[in-house]
Amino acid sequence: MSLKPFQNLTSRVIVLPEDNIDTDQIIPARFLTTTERSGLGKAAFYDWRYDDAGRSRNQSPLNLAGQGGHAILVAGSNFGCGSSREHAPWALLDLGVKAVISSDIADIFKSNALKNGLLPVEVDGKTHRRLLNAPGEEVAIDLETQTVRFGGEWQAVFKVDSFARYCLLNGVDPLGYLMQQLPAIKKFEEGRL
Amino acid sequence: MTTEKDGPQSLFEKLWRRHLVTEEETERPAVLYIDLHLIHEVTSPQAFDVLASKKIHVRRPDLTFATLDHSTPTLPADDKGVLRYATPAAAAQVEKLISNCRDHDIPLLGLDDPRRGIVHVIGPELGLTQPGKTIVCGDSHTSTHGAFGALAFGIGTTEVGHVLASQCVLQRQPKTMRVTFKGDLSLGVGAKDMALAMIADIGADGGQGYAIEFAGPAVENLSMEGRMTLCNMSIEAGARFGMVSPDEKTFEYLRGREYAPAGIAWDEAVADWRTLPSDPGALFDKEVRIDASAVRPMITYGVSPDAAAPVDGRAPRPQSDVEKHAADYMQFEAEQPFSKASVNRVFIGSCTNSRLSDLREAACVMLDRKVKEGVTVLVVPGSETIRVAAEAEKLDQVFLNAGAQWRNSGCSMCIAMNGDQGEPGELVVSTSNRNFVGRQGKGVRTVLASPATAAASAIEGRIADPRPYLAMTGR
Repeated sequence: MSLKPFQNLTSRVIVLPEDNIDTDQIIPARFLTTTERSGLGKAAFYDWRYDDAGRSRNQSPLNLAGQGGHAILVAGSNFGCGSSREHAPWALLDLGVKAVISSDIADIFKSNALKNGLLPVEVDGKTHRRLLNAPGEEVAIDLETQTVRFGGEWQAVFKVDSFARYCLLNGVDPLGYLMQQLPAIKKFEEGRL
Repeated sequence: MTTEKDGPQSLFEKLWRRHLVTEEETERPAVLYIDLHLIHEVTSPQAFDVLASKKIHVRRPDLTFATLDHSTPTLPADDKGVLRYATPAAAAQVEKLISNCRDHDIPLLGLDDPRRGIVHVIGPELGLTQPGKTIVCGDSHTSTHGAFGALAFGIGTTEVGHVLASQCVLQRQPKTMRVTFKGDLSLGVGAKDMALAMIADIGADGGQGYAIEFAGPAVENLSMEGRMTLCNMSIEAGARFGMVSPDEKTFEYLRGREYAPAGIAWDEAVADWRTLPSDPGALFDKEVRIDASAVRPMITYGVSPDAAAPVDGRAPRPQSDVEKHAADYMQFEAEQPFSKASVNRVFIGSCTNSRLSDLREAACVMLDRKVKEGVTVLVVPGSETIRVAAEAEKLDQVFLNAGAQWRNSGCSMCIAMNGDQGEPGELVVSTSNRNFVGRQGKGVRTVLASPATAAASAIEGRIADPRPYLAMTGR
């Protein structure tokens, strides 16, 4: 599976201001019995988007995901904490979310997201607060320059791990890189015997 | 890196360096060699699919070990011998792991294996988990194994594929944090309370980007089980790694276990393991100090593990929208004692607290007592080995006589994907690790606690302080 390149994205934002949105919220465990990675969009934030009878909650901003260019999620701090389930970025991508902006994104989620072409964008507190108050705002993310722009003048920088950034910009699958290391891995193993 | 190459090193730094196939550079992460890859049914199927699509074989099935735990029923098979899976998908997921292991020659603790159990319980129990090893699993609670002085961390499914294919992960070196527990724990306070006190102190994201080493007299005095509980909860503070420097207690725990070295190899291994503890003077990027003697039995009152407070306290008044939202969900009235909250269900189990010592602690409270009418109690041992050992001690009889349910091993209500779960609105006192909204079933309100606190709450039908019960038995 090669990675779909990610260079830049301009889209309206969906805002979920809650802090500590854990991966159980992003995809509840009852959907994890799947052996597939596709088709999980329906399960994304299921209990936030649907009521007990399975009816869509009209007021959920998540209903906009993937529609009318709403492909960026702005969330409270410590987004993606908890379980290591990669089903979380799979579900978000399938729902139409291509980037998540927060002040602070949990380590394992960040790592999983980057490997699937979902861009985790960690911005400074001031920019974060502005975006939390700007649902529907059009935001431009440029991975090459690692900048976020919105509201005419506002510009902020973010950092993505340089290797992950290279892979995303060029659509390089890290597994390919790892397989190129096999001679070194073999040598390492022999050196330990 | 904070230390010179030849200066005093921390346990983490020693293990990191030992496993570097290629060093980290600005433009690329380190290639880190993995000594033990544990897999289970939930986070592995998609990884095997990637390998199949690329025609890559599993490079080191001998360093890979599988168990079934998340989706498996904890009720015994029905009259016809058929296991009662929650859904056909759960059964299919289990079958998928069985066939993947068969196809790739990976050792698996199958459904009928008397050693089967929760992945973070069976690793140490079988002696697969050892000091000095790098251990990964597609599961965030892999930090549990760090209790043995291993470098153990949770990974995603793509990385599970990477390890299956190459026996390595691409990883940036995290920063290091030492959490030192000074002083002695008081009666009725254990590792779970230490973990919750620490998370309340540093926050649910306080450990993000760090590898935590737990140190100090109160940590040294913990049993290996207690150390596992502490390291297990590291991720609830955001840290992927939690570890304890190995000592004689670590070696004694491992001696004679099925996969532990034996004979001369054992002596050599122990000699090597003795070189692993953090050197005096080793530097950490961050130091946290906690007075262990001030830690009281802890519970959580919110929907994030850092919303933790002493069980004999009162619900705090919400200070922000987030806290208000959590308080509304949990239905704790501000400034009311926690002991006023009625309990509907109690879960004793999970990779955090399902080991024999945890079950003994709960049984100690429940012995010759009855569960409060209307409270449902599930006791789920962490492995079949533990189940059999507990039954040999008649702990099952203590629980059954009290009116609790005694189940077969598995993750059960911790992740609630096998059919074991609470009903909407129920308050569940749980020895597991996460109090997230809906984690134990839609609309379920979870209160995290130690086995003793959970057992005391089962008896009283409300959130209860375990200390009076333990004082009577002198524990």
